[in-house]
Amino acid sequence: MSGVQTHTGTASHYGRLRERVGRHEPAWLTDFRDRSLGRFEDLGFPLGSDEEWRFTPVGAIAETPFGPADVPNEDDIQAALARALYGSADFAQLVFVNGMFRSDLSDINGLPRSVEVGSLRNACQSHSDIVRANLGAVASGGPSFTSLNGALMDDGAFIHLPAGVLVDRPIHIAHVSLSGDSPIGVHPRSLVIVGEGSSAVIVESFHGAGDMPYLTNGVFEAVVGPNAGLEHYRLQMEAESAYHVGRTAVRLARDARYTSHSVAFGAAISRHDLGAVLGGENGVCTFNGLYMGDRRQLLDSHTVIDHATPHCESHELYKGILNGHAHGVFNGKVFVRKDAQKTDAKQTNQALLLSDTARIDSKPQLEIFADDVRCTHGATVGQLDADSLFYLRSRGISLEDARSVLIHAFASDIIDRMSLAEIRSQLEGVLLASLPKTSTAFWEMAE
Amino acid sequence: MLKIDNLHASVEGNEILRGISLTVNAGEVHAIMGPNGSGKSTLARVIAGHQDYEVTAGEVLFDGQSLLELEPEERAWAGVFMAFQYPIEIPGVNNAYFLKAALNAQRKARGEDELDAMEFMSLIRGRIRDLDMDPALLNRPVNEGFSGGEKKRNEILQMAVLSPKLAILDETDSGLDIDALRIVANGVNALRSPERAIIVVTHYQRLLNYIVPDFVHVLSDGRIVRSGGKELALELEERGYSWIEAETRPAAVVA
Repeated sequence: MSGVQTHTGTASHYGRLRERVGRHEPAWLTDFRDRSLGRFEDLGFPLGSDEEWRFTPVGAIAETPFGPADVPNEDDIQAALARALYGSADFAQLVFVNGMFRSDLSDINGLPRSVEVGSLRNACQSHSDIVRANLGAVASGGPSFTSLNGALMDDGAFIHLPAGVLVDRPIHIAHVSLSGDSPIGVHPRSLVIVGEGSSAVIVESFHGAGDMPYLTNGVFEAVVGPNAGLEHYRLQMEAESAYHVGRTAVRLARDARYTSHSVAFGAAISRHDLGAVLGGENGVCTFNGLYMGDRRQLLDSHTVIDHATPHCESHELYKGILNGHAHGVFNGKVFVRKDAQKTDAKQTNQALLLSDTARIDSKPQLEIFADDVRCTHGATVGQLDADSLFYLRSRGISLEDARSVLIHAFASDIIDRMSLAEIRSQLEGVLLASLPKTSTAFWEMAE
Repeated sequence: MLKIDNLHASVEGNEILRGISLTVNAGEVHAIMGPNGSGKSTLARVIAGHQDYEVTAGEVLFDGQSLLELEPEERAWAGVFMAFQYPIEIPGVNNAYFLKAALNAQRKARGEDELDAMEFMSLIRGRIRDLDMDPALLNRPVNEGFSGGEKKRNEILQMAVLSPKLAILDETDSGLDIDALRIVANGVNALRSPERAIIVVTHYQRLLNYIVPDFVHVLSDGRIVRSGGKELALELEERGYSWIEAETRPAAVVA
């Protein structure tokens, strides 16, 4: 092993970038950025010696001087949006291009009047008190990337539901990154507050284009109030040239429900830290995850479910499909605090390795300090089941088709848990495109 | 139709089949009987092409073509079907889609037109009724959560729809109550025809009351030790397997 290892020279780069952002912001926000920068400079980029980053080297991120984004040309934006948006779906949409809010491309009609939806940068001025009280409160601590986001944060969504509003219309937060002649860094930041008894469905997506490397370093914070519900889709579909780092931090009050559907398909290196705190009794937290990698992709999912109060449930199912030289990392922590009696927690991670050179590092971590709880976890890693393959082939289905059918079935288990049909069919399309086409129609309806 | 000559097969280095020779002609029903561990199911799986078995000697010809050189799906396209002793559960794969895809893969391989969803459904509707099968099973994942009897009926449904030239039933009677046994047997008998051959692998004579064989072969220790007509099954029922094993044991060992 080498001795002390540091990523030098980067802190001053980001310090200079910090000076360029947020010149006309409220003093509290200036202070927030400065504190964040201070923490980032203290910590630096994570090193391989950090247990949380053992399998995910970020040297390439640390050593690339990601600069501020240019304004891309409109044709490129339109082409990217054609892939990112749900044209026919009845979604409200907030569009962010290279971290900048594009109100002209957004559409927030059809939402109840009492719901506040828009740009977080604007809300820092117009809803200063509520943003100030919540920004960084849920996504506190965490990897230094969170602090880098705090220092340099671009724009993102601000969504505020007062008490007692049920919003049926899904709200899509579309992040599109288009790199230009030099590497760009985008630091999207969203804040969602769901008031007591309210509910919302939010789709967060990340798309990108361009051969030049770019960094997406996003933070999404949500506060789910008493008896409120949030269904949250997070679709990471970045370009191959991307480095994607994301943090999702959620706090649930009593009787609240939070469901995360987190999908990671794109980027060269992808890291998502998803954490929820069950901060009131009878909360229910569900994490569904699907990661699919090929070539030399590295897809890392770190999750934390913190049972801080009694009588809460958590359900976690992550599935990965790894081909080529792809490398998957799953780390799932479940904390059950001393007072969190009657906790019911279940965690499962399954990975399918389609090549001899694909790899998964899977680590469940249950830390239980209460004694009257039910907690289970399981992990399976393997190839496609030989008996299932033989059964399909013995009926005349070719080996290649049989493989496609079984991979599809494995992934569909996650996709089928999603309530939005538009997202299901989008992901189904991505999945089928990644599989060899079967020689006879397999998924056509037989009514 | 099927000609097996001096077939030897091993699993993980243990020889299970030690020289099987058997000829099955179109229109015939053969029963393969024998005690546990005699190699009955191994024979069925080797014919179907299961990956766990290594053929170390011998030949299997199907309509003059060497079966052992074919992949499992190619054997299915040629018209070989094995009903599994333990049908595999496949979560996430719809039973009806699976069966339709299997049928169309076979039709395509034979240069026939594929059936669309309507044609397919009209083909299987009657078959499901004949097997007294719950139609809801079609829209469930393949065999997942099916009872033992439902799994066996699903195998027979597949056989009826795929309409193979050679059907091999591997202990299809195990785990069936008498009513289910009768229904399954009726399903098999409906397929009897001058163009088709059927091999029934079973431990018990009971199934053969319903599917009456033309020939009965007794396997012991990887060899066919006796062949006869349907009356041989009755004799086995009465006397068990031990007398045959005693008669065929090498003299040196008996002494």
